[in-house]
Parts: sequence; structure tokens; C-alpha cells
Amino acid sequence: MITRREFLVLTAASVAVPAAVKAQVDPNLVANRKAAFQDALRRIVSDAQVRRGRVKLQLPPLIDNGNSVPLSVAVESPMTDADHVKAIHVLTEKNPLPDVVSVRLSPRAGRASLATRVRLADTQTVTAIAQMSDGSFWSDSAEVVVTLSACLEEGLI
Amino acid sequence: MSLRTGVRSLAWVAACALLANAWAAEIPLGERRSGYDLMSRETRAMQDEDATNPGMLWVLDGEALWNRKAGAAERACADCHGDARASMKGVAASYPAFDSSRARPVSLEQRINLCRTGRQKAAPLAYESKELLALSAYVARQSRGLPISILIDARSKPFLEAGREAFHRRQGQLNLACAQCHDDNWGKRLAGSVIPQAHPTGYPLYRLEWQGLGSLQRRLRNCLTGIRAQVPDFGAAELVDLELFLMWRARGMKIETPAVRP
Amino acid sequence: MARAVVTLPAQAKRGEIIEIKTLAAHPMETGFRRTQLGELIPRDIIRRFTCTYNGTEVYRVDLHPAMSANPLIAFTTVATESGALSFQWVGDNGYTVTEIASIRVE
Repeated sequence: MITRREFLVLTAASVAVPAAVKAQVDPNLVANRKAAFQDALRRIVSDAQVRRGRVKLQLPPLIDNGNSVPLSVAVESPMTDADHVKAIHVLTEKNPLPDVVSVRLSPRAGRASLATRVRLADTQTVTAIAQMSDGSFWSDSAEVVVTLSACLEEGLI
Repeated sequence: MSLRTGVRSLAWVAACALLANAWAAEIPLGERRSGYDLMSRETRAMQDEDATNPGMLWVLDGEALWNRKAGAAERACADCHGDARASMKGVAASYPAFDSSRARPVSLEQRINLCRTGRQKAAPLAYESKELLALSAYVARQSRGLPISILIDARSKPFLEAGREAFHRRQGQLNLACAQCHDDNWGKRLAGSVIPQAHPTGYPLYRLEWQGLGSLQRRLRNCLTGIRAQVPDFGAAELVDLELFLMWRARGMKIETPAVRP
Repeated sequence: MARAVVTLPAQAKRGEIIEIKTLAAHPMETGFRRTQLGELIPRDIIRRFTCTYNGTEVYRVDLHPAMSANPLIAFTTVATESGALSFQWVGDNGYTVTEIASIRVE
């Protein structure tokens, strides 16, 4: 626990700290993050069309804690040499960064799937994109409501 | 009836009502629910499976520490206690327990440190350190599925009463008593989270909010911060007394360590 | 110290799809958090997870800060032959962990 004296000394020292270090909220936060999401999407699919379907993205609709949200993606595919899923990408539009996770796989996987736990900064839509061996892209989205925990450790000052 | 008698009877009725409220607050034994029941299906699955429970990372560390020689006495826990799976079965379910050398109940973490200093002649492990969490998680894991069974006798009763009093005492800038949320309003929501009954059945546990494993005392200190009360240091007598009361209040409920909670 | 836990069957039938669950001990510091005095805590995450089956890569994951701490990665692979499954996690600040599990395929 920080003493009053320590706090005053540190605050005085921090005045000299460069502006870059000071926390500032981006005034265009929502728009910028949406744009970042579009850029990430463009990076993955370039000009190709992304179709809805074949991908099943599962997230709990109301989650216990945004720090650890269980996520599972499964893609319908025979996973043969001729027809399989090459990659799965998960993106968000409200996190500080749009990319969440990317998987590279082959017919060796047997099933095109991933189960993991992710961080979600806010109530938002999560998108999963599957890249097929024939060059096509398929996607699915899920909406999640994120709430804040009670009784946190912060708030000592 | 005169006005004076009328007012006196009214005051008497009001006093009875207040008293009745104080005793009715306690949750009936049959209605006690673990925080597990309030979680989503997915978080419960995270706790149930060893393969996906992050707490197991600490339990495995604890197993390694259990077998490692330490201190000037060059002794491992295993040298005295053998296989923890046998010797530690039921132990965590009975802590905090009275310790004669300290003439008061001690928590499991304090018991581990008493062994470290007394038997292994090693330095005590810091509260909330990775090692102490790992060892207490490993020991408590051996009680998983067993009912909490706290022995209260003439020696430990005063400490139980101190813990009970603390649980019912209003404190902090928000002037709240633990009982007001956890006895009277469990099941309702506070800032988007459901208020649990606050039974410490799964400690040390993996709290999603911490993104790590933590002890019951860490959680209690979070609560006290939340009501803007003075937070005692780890290991303080008030915290151990409160632990004792909470475990006694949860008697009969099954140990879930390492639990997962939001 | 346990740095990773891998769960998978010890044996399987040839061609069977087996489930693999992995947990790695890592705080996955996002690089977006700040200390109480406003200083940014630098990013420190696992960047890549690879599963290799008798030398052939069968599953690869690129992780970003949005992955939770102590990441769980659960996936499947086809039990093609007996041998060794190698799991490797690589991340910032020289972090590297490898776990190997044997599998018997009939």
C-alpha cells in the first residue's frame, strides 16, 4: 500500500515524465477501431468475397468476465487434400487490436476447429473467417455482452 | 390506551422487528449454494476439467515443491508427510485450525509456513507468492470433493465469534457489512455480476478478473477495498478469524480447489 | 515448474481423430495496461504455438494480445502413426517452451 508521502513524491516526479507516457483516450476511438477491423479483414481476404456460412463461432451471449471469454470455432469441411480449411482467423471491432488469433491447418487436423479463451474489451461482435483450399472465404459472427466485475483490486487511491 | 403506552408498544414492536431481521438474515443450511452454481456453463466447464483448468498449472508446481528438499534441514514436505494424496486428504477441509504453538487458529498458508520455518528450517514463503499459492493449491486439491469440516471447541470458539462479529459489522466508507450483500442480497446483481453467498469452497482459486490464482485473503482484501474499508495485511488476525467463520459457515459444502470464478 | 500442460490420449486407432488440449503458464501482458502512475506495461505475450507430429507441422496458431492469460488451445489431429507429438510455444523476451508426448497408434 503506497504511503501519502511516497505518492506525493512520485506524483511530483511524474510531472517531468514525457507526454507520450501519459494516458490519453483517443477521441475517435470507435471509428478508428472499426477502421482497423476493416484493414485486418482486407489483409486476410484482399478483394475476395466473404460468404456467411460453413463456419460456426460460439461464444457465451453474456459472459462472466471479459478477461477470459471461452470461444470455439468449427468449420464444416471434409478436410481432404482436395477440400479443406487452410486457415481460421478471429477478429473483433472494439478491442485495441482487431486480430485475436489465427490458425493454420491442413487435412492432418481431421476437423477444422479451435477452442480457446479470449479477451473482449467491450460488448461487441466477434467475427471468425475461414480460408478454404479453393481460395474461398466463409465467415460467422457472434454478439457478446461484456460487463464489469464488482469488488476489484484497483481503487486504493 | 394512553399516548405514552401506545408509543412504548410501538417502540417495542419496532425493536422486535429489527431483532428478527438480524437473526433471519443467516442463510438456512439447506439453501446454501456455491458460487459455482451462479457461473455460466462455460466457466463451470473450465473448472471441471483438469485439462482446461488453469489452476492446475499451480497444482503441478505445488507437487514439484512438495517433493523438493528445502532449508537447512534439507527436508522435503514428502520426507515427513509422504504421498500428499494420502496424507493431505481432508486437511484443507479442516482449515483454519487451532495451533497450540500460536494459541490461535491458523490458515493453511500459515500452517505451511510453520512447517517451513519449524521443520524445514527454511525461510517462510511470502503471502501470495507463486510458491505458497502452488503449495496450498496442491494440498487443498487433495481435499477436492470432501465436505468442509471445521472443528470448533472451547479454544477456537472465541476466534469464531470474532469472525462472526466481523462478518456482521458495518465498515468502510460505504458502511456495509459482509452479511448485507452475502446473506441478505445473494443472487441479485452488483455492477453486472451476480452476488454469491461467499462460501470459500474452492480456494486458492483462479479468478478470471486476476488472470491468475489467488488466496481467500486476497479476495477478502478486494472486498474490503470495494467497500472502502481499511484493508488488513495478509496474515492479520482479523483475516484469519474471518476465514475461520466463513469456512465454518460453509460446513458440509464440498471443497472445489482449484476453483474458477469470475 | 509446470510451464505447460498437455492432455491427449496415450493411444489411438489409425485414422482416429484425437482431441488435444494444451494450457501454457503465461500472463499474456497486452501492452495496453498502465501502472497506477500511468506508465505503460510493455507487451509480453506468447506469439506462436506449433504442434508437430513426428516432425510434420499439423497445427499452428498465431496469438495476439487478445488471447487470455494462461492460454488454452484445444484442437484435433488425425492419429496417423505411433511416435512423438511435439508442442512448442514461442513468445516475447525469449520465451520458449516445448512439451513432448508419445502416442501409440494401432
